[in-house]
Amino acid sequence: MEIVLRRFPLTETATTETSNDHSEDHVSTLGVSNDKLGMWVFLGSDCLLFGGLISTYMLYKDRIGPDDLGPEEMFDIPFTSVSSFVLLMSSLTVVLAITALRRNDIRRCRIWLLSTAILGAIFVGGQVYEFTVFYREGLGYTTNLFGTSFFTLTGFHGVHVSVGIIMLMSMYIQSMRGKLTSENEEKLEIIGLYWHFVDVVWIVIFTIVYLFPQ
Amino acid sequence: MAVVEEEQAPLELESGEDQITERPLGAFTRPGGGGGWRSWLFTVDHKKIGIMYGAAGLLFFIIGGIYALFMRLQLARPNNSILSAETYNQVFTMHGVVMIFLAAIPLGAAFSNYLIPLQIGARDVAFPRLNAFSFWVFLGGGLFLLTSMFIGGWWENAPDGGWFAYSPNTGVLFSPSKGIDFFALGLQITGIASLVGAINLIVTVLNMRSPGMTLMKMPVLTWMLFIVQLLLLFAMPVISVALFLLTFDRLFDANFFNVAQGADPLLWQHLFWIFGHPEVYILILPSFGVISEIIPTFSRKPIFGYPFMIFSGIAIGFMGWGVWAHHMFASGIGPVAVAAFSVSTMFIAVPTGVKILNWLATMWGGRIRFTTPMLYATSVVAMFTIGGLSGVTHSLAAADTQQTDTYYIVAHFHYVIFGGIILGFFGGFYFWWPKMFGYFLSEKIGKSSFWVMVIGFNLTFGPMHILGLQGMSRRIQTYSEGQGFDLWNLVATIGAFLIAVATAMFIANVFISWRAHRAGKTPAPGPDPWDARSLEWMTASPVPEHNFDETIEVERQDEFWHRKWGKDETGRVVRRATAEEVAHDGSNTNVHLPSPSYWPIVAALGLPIIGYGLIYNLWLCVVGGLFVLGGLYGWVFEPVDDPNADGHHDHEAHGTSEETGAEEVDGNSSEEVSVD
Repeated sequence: MEIVLRRFPLTETATTETSNDHSEDHVSTLGVSNDKLGMWVFLGSDCLLFGGLISTYMLYKDRIGPDDLGPEEMFDIPFTSVSSFVLLMSSLTVVLAITALRRNDIRRCRIWLLSTAILGAIFVGGQVYEFTVFYREGLGYTTNLFGTSFFTLTGFHGVHVSVGIIMLMSMYIQSMRGKLTSENEEKLEIIGLYWHFVDVVWIVIFTIVYLFPQ
Repeated sequence: MAVVEEEQAPLELESGEDQITERPLGAFTRPGGGGGWRSWLFTVDHKKIGIMYGAAGLLFFIIGGIYALFMRLQLARPNNSILSAETYNQVFTMHGVVMIFLAAIPLGAAFSNYLIPLQIGARDVAFPRLNAFSFWVFLGGGLFLLTSMFIGGWWENAPDGGWFAYSPNTGVLFSPSKGIDFFALGLQITGIASLVGAINLIVTVLNMRSPGMTLMKMPVLTWMLFIVQLLLLFAMPVISVALFLLTFDRLFDANFFNVAQGADPLLWQHLFWIFGHPEVYILILPSFGVISEIIPTFSRKPIFGYPFMIFSGIAIGFMGWGVWAHHMFASGIGPVAVAAFSVSTMFIAVPTGVKILNWLATMWGGRIRFTTPMLYATSVVAMFTIGGLSGVTHSLAAADTQQTDTYYIVAHFHYVIFGGIILGFFGGFYFWWPKMFGYFLSEKIGKSSFWVMVIGFNLTFGPMHILGLQGMSRRIQTYSEGQGFDLWNLVATIGAFLIAVATAMFIANVFISWRAHRAGKTPAPGPDPWDARSLEWMTASPVPEHNFDETIEVERQDEFWHRKWGKDETGRVVRRATAEEVAHDGSNTNVHLPSPSYWPIVAALGLPIIGYGLIYNLWLCVVGGLFVLGGLYGWVFEPVDDPNADGHHDHEAHGTSEETGAEEVDGNSSEEVSVD
């Protein structure tokens, strides 16, 4: 851990002259803002959440009744590959949104924000569709251990994506109100961190859950 | 969830525009500074939050203690019938859950919240409102858990599966009351509190240190608390997963622990103990940190082997993840796993032993003052060693299979938890009380209550070693005559009441000393009553709202002590300055502070409502969800600093917290929604 010592974040008094020096207000012991560090720390913790759920799934994926369909028969790999691709592309668009905002190109930023949210929504929609198909084919939440652990794991991921969409749309609404400028680019960057994390988790889930049994 | 508005406020004001009236979400104005109960309810001050954590933790400690007294009354005589078997199951479960999750963790959080920012020379924590949120979530979750005692009948719906709630025993089939639902949801809620608290304090320690305060200059207490936060950060999601699975099983008929469908009964045990063993260190390390501050102060020596103290703490933090299955030796995990976890369990005794030797070496040759805090600290070293040694006997799997589920286990973990943690915390109370409240606790009452407590403690839990080795199983409601259990059970009951007396003496001490202080009979403590070493003593007592008058430039470990003491030409240690000369007097009123806020408590209020909703009526979840969502949105769109705040705390000079405090909610609010 490299420790960069910079100005103390808490200046002692409040004469307006010094406090107006906005450029220095962002520094901290590590040189990264509290918010961003907080998000990284939270994501570290979230890894363990998915770790626990994935382990549970791995333990239970083959525990099905004699007449139930297992993972191999159930999954529609081409379909899920497409929706995974859509989700991965949304990582690209969120980066485009951030760079647009950095250039203070609010119009483009809004376009990319909206496309990220839409791509995310397509993914969640695909997941809902997939769940419905599985349910029709006879795999309910309570059918067997495979169903219980599969729906729980992917459901948790879907909730994460949905929360990301809510955050992106809140940013979008803010931009409609004219409150999104390059000065709060870091906020979008932090949402971007979360969004990338959710995508990375999906890569892991897609590999382990969908591709391994094939 | 963008936060955009905080930019306008101070900047526009400074450029000379008119005052704007900030109404987050268009409806409410912010709470003002003010005094009275509002200043506590809406506070974001880490010191007030720390004190509230401490008060709540003590309250839950007393409640958990009352449970214990009833258990001891029931067991005082053979064939006793004060508690029925069903009630007894609930009482011992509640005792464990309340003591661990609602007393020991929050008391550790009290020290973390109050002392970490002070010890690293910061103005507040990184995310002040998140800190308030964390406390209110914890309190809400704790009260939620306690209401299980009387909702739906007196002692009908309290959890009854033991504090580790082994599934499938806690499935609907074997535990049909709503107790386990309360257990799972209550701990889920308090888990959120611990998780956001951990994120907050980790960022604080990493990012908010005084200039010059490198990691290896931080006080041992801050280090230990930092390690605790890391453990919480990674352990809490694991218990969250376990509790989610259990909740889904019970409420939505999932199959995770449904053995009929082929579920693995060991899944719960693994998930629980992967959390549960780091949890043990989450509990003990704050106490280790506390006595690492007390012992050097009253031995008048620096801590012996500072780097060893730090790295043994880190080693405990790492190795704590590799020993969980020693709780499961009797559950058939196979000889290889048993052997591996046996060895790792013996190993983890090494860094703990290093710490004990370092405390002894710190005292060795020191000029020891046996004040009340020092008495408690030394008793921790002794009592924890006993508990640690009986712990090592569990690491021998062959012996452990004899000891499992007997009172020997109960004796062991009470020696580490009570002897190691609670005694340390009481020492901490006596040590930091003058700093927190500006008056001394009476040494006379303190010392006598200490002796009552230590004697009572040993009378209670010492005999349990014998009872356990004689074969008395834990968690039995009663026993018959002639098994040789009668005498020692009676002794343990007497001891338990002595502990209760000692706790009552502590509470009485608080009030008696306060009245003596009010009457002017006791001297004011001044900034540094004990000639201590770390930065929290370098400001006035009680600590002013803004902590320090000016930024402290740190050059060495124990900076404050080195400012007071130096060496003359002959190498003798001489006083360079009095504490009063070095310490800040708290007179600087021109310091910018984050403003109080309604939203943390609003958002926190929603979680227990969701909990009741999941158990009784899903519509309530909508209400609770609206509270959470409304609270979070109000929070996100509210600037950290109130542009309309009156008084002297309204200048923008804060930097990091100003720019980032409002923003943090984005990141962290998301996880409340997503994880829970």
